[in-house]
Amino acid sequence: MSRLPQPPASVDCNGAVPLCAEHLSVGYDGKAVVQDITLDLQSGRALALVGMNGSGKSTLLKTVVGLLAPLGGRVEVMGAAPGKAPQRIAYLSQFHSSAFVLPLRAVDVVQMGRYTARGLLGRMTSEDADLVADAMKRMGIAKLAQQPVRALSGGQQQRVYLAQALARRADLLVLDEPTASLDAAGREFYLQALADELARGVAAVAATHDINEASRCDLVMLLAHRVIALGTPRETITPEALLETFGIVLMSQGEQGRLAIVPREHGHDD
Amino acid sequence: MEWFINPFIQNGFMLRALAAGVLVSISAAIVGTFMVLRGLAFIGDALSHGVLPGIAAALLLNIPGILGAAVGAAVMIGGISLITQRSRLSADTAIGLLFVGMLALGVVIVSRSTAFTGDLVAILFGEVLGIGQSALLIQLAATAVVAATAVLCYRPFLLLCYNPEQAQVAGFSVRLYHNIMLALIALTVIVSFQTVGTLLVFGMLLAPAAAGALLARRIGTMMLWAAGLGAAAVYAGLLFSYHFNTAAGSTIVLVATLIFFAVFFARSARPAHTAEAAQR
Repeated sequence: MSRLPQPPASVDCNGAVPLCAEHLSVGYDGKAVVQDITLDLQSGRALALVGMNGSGKSTLLKTVVGLLAPLGGRVEVMGAAPGKAPQRIAYLSQFHSSAFVLPLRAVDVVQMGRYTARGLLGRMTSEDADLVADAMKRMGIAKLAQQPVRALSGGQQQRVYLAQALARRADLLVLDEPTASLDAAGREFYLQALADELARGVAAVAATHDINEASRCDLVMLLAHRVIALGTPRETITPEALLETFGIVLMSQGEQGRLAIVPREHGHDD
Repeated sequence: MEWFINPFIQNGFMLRALAAGVLVSISAAIVGTFMVLRGLAFIGDALSHGVLPGIAAALLLNIPGILGAAVGAAVMIGGISLITQRSRLSADTAIGLLFVGMLALGVVIVSRSTAFTGDLVAILFGEVLGIGQSALLIQLAATAVVAATAVLCYRPFLLLCYNPEQAQVAGFSVRLYHNIMLALIALTVIVSFQTVGTLLVFGMLLAPAAAGALLARRIGTMMLWAAGLGAAAVYAGLLFSYHFNTAAGSTIVLVATLIFFAVFFARSARPAHTAEAAQR
């Protein structure tokens, strides 16, 4: 196991990089879920967090966006403590159950992505309208703009939430299972949008179960209540590392040599 | 036509009751919409009963009932936050505890005084037909405060209903805006106890907003539906109680509940959302 690429011993957080952590411990109620996370993520780069449910992916993401306080170590987001730069962060959380009962149209939900920029009473400008329309177009849901969200399918709703994150025009995207419940077309829209954002200089952190999605990122962190490995996809996505991350793994060289991975469970308990 | 209009033209107390009831409907529509969408119905219920000991104590001490109601609401909200923050008990448990405790305290206070029976009925069911000029002005001021606060906090309130985590990350303090929302519910309950009473104000918060949720595709439309249906319930309830000599406050809330069920069954017969989904 010693051949797996490990996190750097220390990083330089002084350059106001999008995301920087040194010996960071994350967890709930004073109980650590993952300890000793050291990483830095530069602009225009994407980091995939890969691990099973409960491995600490969501906990790390919630710490990055300021929903959970770090239990130890140091973390800086956009050169400040988490939660101090709301205009520059977009966060896609894992659950949106309440959206089913809200009387909102798809466009209303995407427009919420502009609230931080406009504050309590600031008028929505034509620039905001353009960003909202552009985000919906990029997720392939322009035609659904006037539909009630509660009438959309799960995959369509996920596209609406992703469009909201895009409409924020953030410098750091923090995405918890962005491709969960997306169909094949939705995945293509998402991957293209992510590539465009990265080209714009945005940094992204995404939690995923999907090895193919992770292999498209610049960096991969394998998590199983600890950092198994951190490095390029070529270095980290190895049968040995995946075995250690997932315990029992089913891998196959399917069509076009794609790797498939079947987690042991499909629940959402993290 | 006279049957529908004359009671309000010929009797000042009926006109004041109608004006106060419509004002209650407006503030209850605004607050009730967010209460329903945020899933705070139980805390609204608890608040509407939890103010009872405050009002009863105020009447015993000869101070305005509205002040007692405010103290009762503050104790309720403070107690609920204390329990949920200092223990692992869920909000339901905390709300339920304060709910029964405060209601029991209210009845204990009331039972100490033998001359209280009439007042108790007034507290629980309101005195919509005995509303004076000053109570009407207080109701007007409260409705204006509720409306202004809702305009100011519309975006954070909507984000809270949509997803509290997103609200927090977007830079809107969940704790702050949640507390403002609770304060608006409390204000509506406190001020409306004179009109429809503590027991029934909850019905005015819930029934029109719930009917609005079934009818509307947008939040603003939902509030308009709720206000309109609430005002219609006030008018119809007052008219019925005048002609058939029934208790005014209870009749109003009964009509509001009947309107909800009418809307519910009309919508169930015509499953609109499934049809829309099938069109795509």
